[in-house]
Order: sequence, then C-alpha cells, then structure tokens
Amino acid sequence: MSTATYDDNAVPVDDEGFFTEPDRWTEAMAEQIACEAGIEELTERHWTVIRFMREQYAAKGTGPTVRVLGKTSGVTVKELYQLFPKGPAKTAAKIAGIPKPRGCI
Amino acid sequence: MADTATIEKVSIIVSKGSLEGIYPALIMANGARAEGIEADLFFTFFGLDAITKTRWEHIKLATVGNPGLHLPTLLGGLPGVPDLVTRYMERKMDKLDIPPIPEFLEMIADTGAGIYACKASVDLFELAKDDLIEQVQDIITVGEFYERAAGSQIIYT
Repeated sequence: MSTATYDDNAVPVDDEGFFTEPDRWTEAMAEQIACEAGIEELTERHWTVIRFMREQYAAKGTGPTVRVLGKTSGVTVKELYQLFPKGPAKTAAKIAGIPKPRGCI
Repeated sequence: MADTATIEKVSIIVSKGSLEGIYPALIMANGARAEGIEADLFFTFFGLDAITKTRWEHIKLATVGNPGLHLPTLLGGLPGVPDLVTRYMERKMDKLDIPPIPEFLEMIADTGAGIYACKASVDLFELAKDDLIEQVQDIITVGEFYERAAGSQIIYT
C-alpha cells in the first residue's frame, strides 16, 4: 500500500494509483489526479462523469463500466472516449477517487 | 504507481461466423479500448457474417460439432435446436448486460476501434461495401491488414 499527495493531503492508494479510501477524496484533488492521468483540464462534461462515478460507487459499492456509463450517465460512449482517451471507466474512477471498476464489458 | 501496461495495440482476426466465435473477439476488442489499448477488428471468411447487414442479427451458436456444449451431436442437429440454444444463451448474456451483436459493434466503433472487412472474403461471398454495416471503415487486403497491425499484438479467434 502506498500513498499519494493531492491538495497537500497524503491519501492511501493501491499499486495503480486508485484510492483505497474514497472518503478521503475531495473535489479539489481531482484536477491534480487528472493531470497525472494525462488530462490537462477538467471540463463540465468531465465532471458529469466524475460525479456519476462517485454516485454509482456510493450506491453500489463499485464503479460503473464503460457500457453502464454510456447507457446511464448522459454521456455517450463516443464522447466518453473523447473525454478520457486512455479508457473512460478506469481514468474517471481514478480521478473520482474510487477503486478501479472491474468488468469485461 | 508503476506503469505496468505493455500492450499498446491489438489486432483481432475474426474468422468464424458462430456466436461463440464472434463474442470473444468483440469482448476482447471492447475490453482493450476500456484499458486505453488501441484495437482493430479484421473480419474474414465466415466472421464476415458479423458485419453483414442481412446476417448480423442472425448469428447462432454452433450446436453440432461443438463439444463444449456437452450436447449429443444428434440432438444438436434437430430442427429448431440451434435457435433454442442460441436464444437461451442470448438471454443469459442479456442478464450480464452483454449487448446483442449489432449494438455491441456500434459500441465498439464508438470506442474508436477500427472495424475492417477482408477483401478476399468479400469477393468470395460476392458482397459489396453496401452489404456491410456502416461501422465498417474499409475493405482491406491481407497486406493492408498487416500494415495496419504493425507493432500490435495479433489475436486470432
């Protein structure tokens, strides 16, 4: 278990950099995590996805897959890949401070 | 935070026209994109059925000559059995939120993966670009496939 420092707070993360304690996440940390993930600026559309990730995690205990995101977040699969080119579900989960979603579809 | 990703791109060849021949390829291509890996699908021979307008909604599970099904071959050959088993499998997949082939291919195209048809197979089955779904980017030769596949992992299903 390692830690990462965002917004001057040290938070525990797993080997791939995903938060292991989502309660420690704050919105102020998102911009910095996004930058590390190769996204220069978080737009309102990014935030739509990030907030949806957190809601889903709070409700279901796991982050949604790309398919679920495309069907229910209000952002299409096409746009999701434009917003998060390196894999929408994984990248958005990291920025949203939740564990990596697991799923094959 | 070690960057452990070593696969940058996959090129998946789909040569079979059965449900169990096509789905693994689609799942692997979609899964690659979800991991930020570039992906191309190359449909050849009977795999072409998956992207042919008149056929892509009628893909069936092989109930004859498919030992994995654990069904006596004679039974698998009875009229109606392939449809029955296919529908059963489709219902199971639907419960797991695995989309039907047409919807899955649209989704895969939306992820930015490339969908290509094999020229030799298109010629063999006397098809034209218009017979193929709109998500097909191009009909390409084997040589062109290898050009596109340069630097990728080639997966044959």
